[in-house]
This record gives sequence, C-alpha cells and structure tokens, in this order.
Amino acid sequence: MAENKKLQVALYWGAACGGCDVAVLDTNEFILDIARAADIRLWPIAVDGKYKDVEAMADGELDLCLFNGAVRNSENEEIAKLLRRKSKVMVAFGSCAYMGGIPGLANLTTREAIVDRAYFHNPSIQPGNHTMPQSETQVGAETLHLPRFYKRVYKLSDVVDVDYFVPGCPPAPAQVKGVVRAVIATADGGSLPPKGTVVGASDRALCDDCSRAKAEKKIARFYRPFQVVQDPKRCLLEQGIVCMGPVTRSGCGVRCPDSNMGCRGCYGPLPGVHDHGARFLSALASVIDSKDRTEIDAILDGIPDFIGTAYRFGVPASLLQRSVRS
Amino acid sequence: MTRRIVIDPITRLEGHGKVEIFLDAGGAVEDCYFQIPELRGFERFVVGRPIEELPRIVTRICGVCPASHHMASAKAVDGCFGGEVAPVAHKLRDMYYHAHYIHSHIAHFYALAAPDFIMGPDADPAVRNILGVVAKVGLEIGGQVIRARALAQDIQQRIGGRSTHPVWCLPGGVSKGLTQPELEEIKPMVKELAGFTQFSLQLFRDIVLGNKGYVDLILNGPYSLDVHNMGLVDADNAPNFYDGMVRVVDFEGKEICKYKPTEYAEYVAEHVEPWSYLKFPYLKKRGWKGFVEGIDSSIYCATPLARLNVADRMATPGAEEAYQEMYTTLGRKPCKALLANHWARLVEMVQNAEMMERYCADPEITSDQFRVIPRGITGEGIGIVEAMRGTLTHHYTCDDKGICTSANLIVGTTNNNAPIQMVTKKVARTLIQPGKDPDQGILNMVEMAFRAFDPCYSCATHSLPGQMPLIVRIHKGGEVCREFRRNVDRVRPDGASR
Repeated sequence: MAENKKLQVALYWGAACGGCDVAVLDTNEFILDIARAADIRLWPIAVDGKYKDVEAMADGELDLCLFNGAVRNSENEEIAKLLRRKSKVMVAFGSCAYMGGIPGLANLTTREAIVDRAYFHNPSIQPGNHTMPQSETQVGAETLHLPRFYKRVYKLSDVVDVDYFVPGCPPAPAQVKGVVRAVIATADGGSLPPKGTVVGASDRALCDDCSRAKAEKKIARFYRPFQVVQDPKRCLLEQGIVCMGPVTRSGCGVRCPDSNMGCRGCYGPLPGVHDHGARFLSALASVIDSKDRTEIDAILDGIPDFIGTAYRFGVPASLLQRSVRS
Repeated sequence: MTRRIVIDPITRLEGHGKVEIFLDAGGAVEDCYFQIPELRGFERFVVGRPIEELPRIVTRICGVCPASHHMASAKAVDGCFGGEVAPVAHKLRDMYYHAHYIHSHIAHFYALAAPDFIMGPDADPAVRNILGVVAKVGLEIGGQVIRARALAQDIQQRIGGRSTHPVWCLPGGVSKGLTQPELEEIKPMVKELAGFTQFSLQLFRDIVLGNKGYVDLILNGPYSLDVHNMGLVDADNAPNFYDGMVRVVDFEGKEICKYKPTEYAEYVAEHVEPWSYLKFPYLKKRGWKGFVEGIDSSIYCATPLARLNVADRMATPGAEEAYQEMYTTLGRKPCKALLANHWARLVEMVQNAEMMERYCADPEITSDQFRVIPRGITGEGIGIVEAMRGTLTHHYTCDDKGICTSANLIVGTTNNNAPIQMVTKKVARTLIQPGKDPDQGILNMVEMAFRAFDPCYSCATHSLPGQMPLIVRIHKGGEVCREFRRNVDRVRPDGASR
C-alpha cells in the first residue's frame, strides 16, 4: 500500500437487521481508531455514500468490504456483485451473510404463503385490499421499480466469491476489533489467513468456554424453556434444555447460556462440519437415555420444530437449503 | 419531458430506502415517491416455531431496537400463556428497556441526525457523519457520547445478559434476575447517564437553539404536517414505553381515541400501494383517504414528538421540566414541527434515566421471584410497546401445544410510512427550485425530512411479498386520479435463476 494511504473500506447490509452495524458501533472508542486508519466510503447507516459513488470507483479500489445480511432480492445480489468487483477483500460479516441467518428461516415456507399473509390474510390489512407491491409500477409517463424478490434466501457466498467469514448474530464486538486490527495490520506488512477462513471466532465448541458444571449427559426428558426454571450452575443440556453448545463454534462470549438460555448456534458449525443441524442430531442421539424406540420417540417429542431449532441461523447453508412446499 | 432525480440509497437511517423525485418540464417537482425496496417475511416464517422461541427470533427484525421487538413479543407470548407475569419481571423488563431507549436515542441523535446540524445540512458528504462530528466537537465530547452509549449497552447486558438480540424474556417473566451486587454496579452507571441526558439537552440548546437559522428551519421550514399523533400512555397520560394504552390525539390537541392493545385491529388498518413493499397504516374508523393532511385525515405519526404530543405530562420531574421548556419554546402543543423530534428524543432520554434511577432505589428489583411457570396455554396474545421509532404491535396465536399458528406485526416505522412519504414530497417541492439543479445539500435536506422520524426499514420490512395480480389506484389529493389493472400472468413464473 502506498505511504500515508488510508484503507478504503465499505460496510454494507443486504437482508439484515442492522445488528452487525451496531456491533461495529459497540467497539466504542475503537471506532475512532478505525477512522484514523480507514476512509469509510460506503456505510448507509452512518455515512452519506451513495451507490453511484461506488459505481464510479475503479475495480479493486476498496481494500475491504464487510458485507452483512443475507441475499433476499435482486438488489442485494446486484450490490453484492458491485462491491465484490470494487473490493480486494470481501468478508461475509455476521450469521446472515455467512449462513443465511434468521431471515433464512423463510426457506422453510414459500414466497406465496408469505405474500398471502402480508397483504391479504391478516387482521389489520385494509378491508377489501387487492393491491400488492410490484416490481414495476407505471406512474404517469414514468416507471417506478422495486427489486425482485427471490423464492428463497441465499448466503453471500452463493452469489459472490467470499474471502473470509465472520460468524455471529451479531459478531461479538471484541471479535470485530480483532478482525479489523488484522486488516489494518496488513498496511504494515501483516498477512491475512488463507482465503475461505472463518475468522473472529474460536475453533473450540461453545461448551469448552461455558462455565456451567458438566457431568455425564443422559437425557430422559427434554423441557421447553418455559416449562422449568433453569439451574444457573449446571449444563443446560443435562437439564434437558436444548442447547447447541456441543456442536457450535465458540467466540460469542457464551452470552446465551450465561443468560440461562440455550445456544441456538449463531456462530455456526465447528470446523470441518458441513451440516450444523445434522451434527446436532447426531450429538443428541448419543445422549438420549433410552434404547426403547417408543420411549425415544416420546423423549424427542420434547423438541418440537427440530429443523427451526437446529438450523435456526443456517437453513440456506444446510444440506436442506429450502422447503419446496409450505 | 420529465426528469427524475434518484437518491439511492438514502442514508443515516436503519435499513433500505430510496427517493424518486419527478420534475416537470419547467423543473418544478411534479411528484415524489419514498420507496422501500426490501422485505424479509417474519410474519410467515415464525409460524410453526415454538411460541416461546419468538421473542428470540423476532429480535432479528431489527438490530438497532431488538429490545422493542423482544418486549412486544414477550408480552404477546405472555398472553398466549394466560398473561400471568412475575411482578418484578415487568419492572426488570421496563428497566432494561429504558437503557435500550438511551442507547438507541444516543445513536440516532449523535450519529445519524447531529451531522446535519453540527456539520450543516450542506456540508461535504465525506465529513457529514459521526466521525466528522467527533472531529468538529472534539474528542472530549465525542468520547463522552461514545461512553454514554456504551454504558447504556452495558446496563442492558448486566440486567438481561445481552444488549443486541436479548434472549432473556420467557412467558411469565425473565430467564435471570438482578442480584444485589449487579445492581450496585449498575447504580453509578445510571447516575452518569442521568447526567449525560442533561448534557445532551444543553448541547441541543447551544448548537441548535443557539442558531437562529436552525430554529427558523424547525419552526417555519417545510418540515411540518397537519396529521395526528399516536403514543402509549400510562393511567395519568404520561408517556410509558413498555406498557399502557395507545392514545391518538389530533393536531389541534383533541383526543381521537384511546385503546387497549387487544383492540388494535379495530383502530388501525394498513393500506397497500404497488410502488412500495411497506404498508401504510391509518386510523381504521376514518377509512383510507389517501396521503392527505387536515383535521379529517386518517394519517398519524408515531414518533418521539407524537408521544409527547399525546401525553399530558412526563412521568418524572426532570423530564417534565424539559418537556415544559420544549413546548414553551416551540410555542404550541401539539407541535407539528417534525424536526422537533430530535429535541423530543432528548426529553424522553431524561425520563428514561430517571425511571432507571427509580428502579435502582426499588427494594423489590433484586427479588429472585422473576418468573412464574405458566399454568396453561390459552392460545392468543397481543403485545404493544412504544418502540423508539413508534408504536409497536405484535399479535400471535398458537395451538394447544404452544406452536405458533399466526403472527401479525405493525412496526414502529411502518406507522410513519404515510407521513414520511408526505413530508418528503413537501420538502422536495419547497426546496427544489425550477431551473436550478438541486445540489447534494438540497437533496440532503430532503433526506432530513425522513431522518426526523429516525425511520428503521429493517424493522418495517419484516414481511415479504412476491408478485400478484392487482388493481393499481394512484391517489392525489384524496381522489383516485388514475386506475389501471395489470398482471394477468399472476405470480411471476420466475424464469430467472432466482
């Protein structure tokens, strides 16, 4: 990099909630360090850069793009491709860009069912409504456009080449700092990990960082979180409360189990595991305390909606991909 | 020949949006559309999930105000289980929520809105942001702002385990209580925040009220609408963010209605336009009359200013003082000057901090009875809270196993979709002069119209449509001026790859 040249950075959101942007704000005074080291050329939540400014950039002009959010519609895909072209390093930032995230649960239903709910069958819609948003609307001599909605949600790497993945919903601020520091350090000759690496997370399981007391896991009954008061000291899974800690990457700071609530896997599967939910199923199979099929069925009835639980953050990244009917 | 000006994306707000301005042959603004291009589909994809999981799923509607969705959802889920909640849990949720308000209001006021006032509406866009603000006001003040927002986040984390995307609320209460040592740690943080809310008011007096141009812009600029006000109030008609009744007051100060959360569908309905994915709520009993102002209009705002407009008083003394000062300066209540929302946010923060101080002194707050195990599933619940960006309604039903069967959401920003559309057009019409190319400063002043609302299109775009046959009606001045039909080919065959 040329002397005195600041890093050129974009932060962008696809189908997202803004929590990843708040995670950047939650680095607090470190934001000022970022500002010293980098020019933020696009960050819609906080900075006034427009798409035309990005289009005017040379290819590769941006050193880094942190892209959060899933790919839900044609605009998300177009901007992802535009930013990929303009960026040397493209990072899928947060669970949605990495795995599809919670918006990816939409892959368990259909576009038509969603439409019907939003615009026709719902308790507060205007009585007699027949109108639906359209990708093109004629107003006088002009046409107004809306992006086209895809049938399903994609993760970022389904539509563009991604260099690194930062998991988390949202990524823990300490991890955000670590990732940004590593990129800033490249200006002084620091090197980046191999392409495709998951960064800003641990290679251990969440259980390895959880302070709850663990004994032998033998589960004779699952409880839904509202059915029991959790023992704050003891492993949640051993109490029969679903927790994905054994199969989920650590790095979040154990924030859900520390709130007495089970992990839902936002940091994604352990290294080398392709399908997070299948890995969880296999982990559960090994701890159910029964050999009797009827009894096993009864125990598993304690986990309604296994798919929506075990793939909470990653339907689009799973072997399932999507449901073809609602 | 028509010319069009596109602002895309609009910036310094949460979520996606664009503005399309059409100019006539003479260069005057003919029409203006505020379009929301994005949606996600929460109302449908929460169906089939265990109902108690919803408070930790719907947080992802918005990462800036996740606690609003968490709380509204928790209250709707409480309702699905019969509604019994441990009393201290209500207090803890409310205390948490006040800290959340402060985090969000600081983020909006300082990072999103302040650049327009501190740097100036037509400053270089490259510095018209929070980093420019810090450079201008100095690291000392900048550091205080960063620290105050961090404190607000930290308080939430200490009370509820997480700040962004809490997982803490369960039917009947919360998953963890507040211990005495945790409370002792929080107390000085709350005290510091209370000081910061007064500091912010003083900063507003110095920078905004001290500048005659800004005061004139607030009071006499085009940023004003003759539409009504909505907000949640307690039994004394003081603003309450976590619980209460929804009050609607017209712009002359007369109460239009006051309803309980369970009655929302009798009072509010949502209109659809083909050119935006976001619906347009209106007062149902008055019917949809188009994007029109006036005493008979069915359009309302649900904003910090609207909340203060519908209130008779604030709930705490310092906030009451700030409230009186604000209305005395503005000269009338209700106030229609939308830029005063920035001020209203700061008045609300005073109440937030004072309410937290009150909870810090409440001996019950550290009770270990923070949950009741629900006795049964009753199957339906409606939760309303006042999100920072407007009245937020979550309505769920579930089956006898506690599996979600339906969800309907009317989100804070969605309430403001119609007034934002209207004021954006009004400001564009006033500021864009025929024959003069609008520069980026003028276009930014158009953006200041929606920024007053602190809109969040992450929140608002929770649902997701596709393509359906339709009848399009374009309304102007309350009249249908064009009607046409299209799309006999029904749902798009999706010949494209996606």
